[in-house]
Amino acid sequence: MKDPRHPCVQPPATDPEFQQRQRRVSLDMHHRFLATVLLISVAALSGCTEGVLDPKGPIAIAERQILFNALGIMLAIVIPTILATLAVAAWFRASNARARYLPDFEYSGRLEVLVWAIPAMTVILVGGVAWVGAHELDPRKPIASAATPIKVQVVSLDWKWLFIYPEQGIATVNQLTVPVDTPVNFELTSSGVMNSFFVPQLGSQIYTMAGMVTRLYLQADHPATYRGLSAQFSGEGFADMRFNVDAVSAEDFARWVEATRNAGPALDARNYVDLAKPSKAVVPFTYRAVATDLFDDIVSSGMQPNVAVRPDYPAQRTQ
Amino acid sequence: MDLLGKLGWSAIPLDQPIIMGATGFMALFIVFVLGWITVKRAWPYLWNEWLTSVDHKRIGVMYIVLAMLMLLRGFSDAIMMRAQQAVAAGAAQGYLPPEHFDQIFSAHGTIMIFFMAMPFVIGVMNYVVPLQLGVRDMAFPTLNSVALWLTASGILLTNISLAVGEFAQTGWMAYPPLSELQFSPGVGVDYYLWALQISGVGTLMTGINFVTTILKLRAPGMGLMRMPIFCWTALASNLLIVAAFPVLTATFAMLLLDRYLGFHFFSIDAGGNPMMYVNLFWVWGHPEVYILILPAFGIFSEVVATFSGKPLFGYRSMVAATMAICVLAFVVWLHHFFTMGASANVNGFFGIMTMIIAVPTGVKIFNWLFTMYGGRVRFTVPILWSIGFMVTFVIGGMTGVLMAVPPADFQLHNSLFLVAHFHNVIIGGVVFGLMAGYNYWFPKVFGFKLDERWGKASFWCWFIGFYLAFMPLYWLGLMGMTRRMQHYDNLAWQPWLVVAALGAAVILVGIVCQVVQLGVSIRDRERNRDATGDPWNGRTLEWSTASPPPAWNFANLPHVTDKDAFWSAKQRMRTKQASLAKWGKYGPIEMPNNSATGFINAFFAVIIGFAMIWHIWWMAGLGIVGALVTVLAFAFRDREEVEIPAEQLAQFDRAHPVEVMA
Repeated sequence: MKDPRHPCVQPPATDPEFQQRQRRVSLDMHHRFLATVLLISVAALSGCTEGVLDPKGPIAIAERQILFNALGIMLAIVIPTILATLAVAAWFRASNARARYLPDFEYSGRLEVLVWAIPAMTVILVGGVAWVGAHELDPRKPIASAATPIKVQVVSLDWKWLFIYPEQGIATVNQLTVPVDTPVNFELTSSGVMNSFFVPQLGSQIYTMAGMVTRLYLQADHPATYRGLSAQFSGEGFADMRFNVDAVSAEDFARWVEATRNAGPALDARNYVDLAKPSKAVVPFTYRAVATDLFDDIVSSGMQPNVAVRPDYPAQRTQ
Repeated sequence: MDLLGKLGWSAIPLDQPIIMGATGFMALFIVFVLGWITVKRAWPYLWNEWLTSVDHKRIGVMYIVLAMLMLLRGFSDAIMMRAQQAVAAGAAQGYLPPEHFDQIFSAHGTIMIFFMAMPFVIGVMNYVVPLQLGVRDMAFPTLNSVALWLTASGILLTNISLAVGEFAQTGWMAYPPLSELQFSPGVGVDYYLWALQISGVGTLMTGINFVTTILKLRAPGMGLMRMPIFCWTALASNLLIVAAFPVLTATFAMLLLDRYLGFHFFSIDAGGNPMMYVNLFWVWGHPEVYILILPAFGIFSEVVATFSGKPLFGYRSMVAATMAICVLAFVVWLHHFFTMGASANVNGFFGIMTMIIAVPTGVKIFNWLFTMYGGRVRFTVPILWSIGFMVTFVIGGMTGVLMAVPPADFQLHNSLFLVAHFHNVIIGGVVFGLMAGYNYWFPKVFGFKLDERWGKASFWCWFIGFYLAFMPLYWLGLMGMTRRMQHYDNLAWQPWLVVAALGAAVILVGIVCQVVQLGVSIRDRERNRDATGDPWNGRTLEWSTASPPPAWNFANLPHVTDKDAFWSAKQRMRTKQASLAKWGKYGPIEMPNNSATGFINAFFAVIIGFAMIWHIWWMAGLGIVGALVTVLAFAFRDREEVEIPAEQLAQFDRAHPVEVMA
């Protein structure tokens, strides 16, 4: 199945950029932990994963690095522990006459210190990674960049995504188009139930919650189409809450904005009420204009109650 | 006013062949069992010896039987989910529509945590703890029976939802606003809430009972630092129950008020705040993980020490580690939702706390390793489960610490990586532990050993099946697949999901092996009979009495002078050439009467729950009155205890010559 929108599905051999990236990756990793090498080879074996091990933006790259560092530190202790467990159990099997029987060996001060020190030191290392990482990759922290961030307001609806571009005055459903090498400043909320906005190849996910705004900065470094989805179960149409992220050049983005402005319906409070009604597997479409402050109105929940009420039971089950 | 509330014929999903098939199968099974009991004229025996029993051993066995039945139910759900995800790729929708698939994963989680793992753990503690403490029963025997039957009520309500109405379609955590009336108008969430409220009250009673028993009832001479490590883990686990379950009950009560009386605790309007539910749920939910795993750690400690022929290495360390986990369990809950938008300081703090809890856990692994070191390890079925656990659990622990790093969690949260992680620790830790305990204590409970060959076959199927089923899920999580997807369009995921489904099938073979093991062992029970009461050369007091133990456990309470009390007594007898048996002085003892309070109370609890779910208010009123009268009748009872004459005790001991403690 070759989907032209997902170049990764094509055989890697025909893609020189992919091969080059693989080489670069293996060079980078050469001096790092055994685990890293292992994981990469698994990744290479299965081709392009389109997942968190195949990052396409600064946030996702940094997060993969943290993943590898933490994993490497821990594997350094976990693998020997597993091997030691198996070795000790095998050597001290009852049938092995050469093994010494020490029926009273139940305490050793030195070993006790060692036994507490090993996991403690591991945790100090990984804890450092966690503390520093939590601050450096705080979702609301702006990405350092020469480019001016573009603003996108995200609303999770039952069961689709609404993306509002307040600066451009347009909106899209189930499709996100962003310029490459430009930080995207997301503000997110929900019409009703919780969802989690997630583009694995770009990095951090974050919850969307009604009446509240969460914030997230992401950036795409390569023009391509990435998969996005909801990572928090939200009901019947949850599985179809996916969208494509088209990362395009600045010029293409400007052209796309222009084209969007010239076609499609306009989104105002009244349309929004219709849009917010439950629907599944919605085909992506765009709005040429958006009422100002629509996002703030959604957040302030003036239009929340009864917007998204589901059909009554038992109709729900038999539909 | 409608006499039957919301209940009507439309509640029974006659148009759903899968649900009706499952219902029919369950109905047939129940009819068969009831018929068999009737044919065997076993009703009086069942009523007098089991249903109304307040004996901690009988109650423990009944908990475990319930848990094993629910393992089958929860596992059927698992197989259906794996089959669905193995086929529902691309344009395919699979064979389960979303509203059914959503119920299945919600029921799977609820049943496996609350009605499989919990009753199993509580059942093992019920059977073993009083015996290990060298006492005759729990502190509150009737309360124990009430707790058992309340758990059974919750189980019954959950299974009724299969045939009458629906179960929650919200996931087993039932996060609002999805679980609020606005988004889940059906009775599914109400089934979930009432079943868990009722069984949760039972669990809290169990917790109080165990804490009291362990702190106040121990054999003469058994100081806290001479307690078997399993009792320590049981103490920690039950302290967690007492501290955590009221939080769950209160949280569910608030959600019930939202749903029934239009309150706004967790609603999205009128000042409600769903984030509060998520916090409260995990303030209970993370300690719950340790409620389950700590007794499993205790089982491994007993098994590893016994089959290595050595005392547990670093007993004090183990006690310290257990109690450290008990305290730290309450300061890690936020790691379940790093992605909710808390500040970096908050996320960082909870990430580090989560890692710190891994330190005592790591200590335990090393201590088991050093327990085997210098031992004579007998590769029986229980030790196989234990070694399988040690290997598997460190992997699960590692992925857990990995997700405690907030930026890693931003990528892995709610993915199949997470699903793989918690199955890795719950199956690889709790279930493996329970299986080890089941094989280890079975001869004590029934007087004969379980078949070794089928036991080993079942272990290897579970072990290999686990890796086949869950390693692909780790990988899928890294590929960006989230949990709870009824179908998906990324075809690259499918091969891995097919492997995972095969893994589930291998686990199924393991379960079948266990059923066969039980059957074969019962058939060969005379050959596998254990007359000594001490089939494994055990170390703790439960092995010092007959198998199965008499209702009173010990005619004379043992005097404890050391930890590993039975082992040291055996050593002393060997060195002093003392006689094996000691027909000491016997005095009459008093044992608690049987009581139908628990069973009848549970009957009314089911009535209350069912009536509340379907808004049949008059019936709920009747149920409440019935339950109240039952408890009052118990409170005003005349005869509390029955006296067992000294001659009967002496007779039993002469008939069962075991190594009686000096």
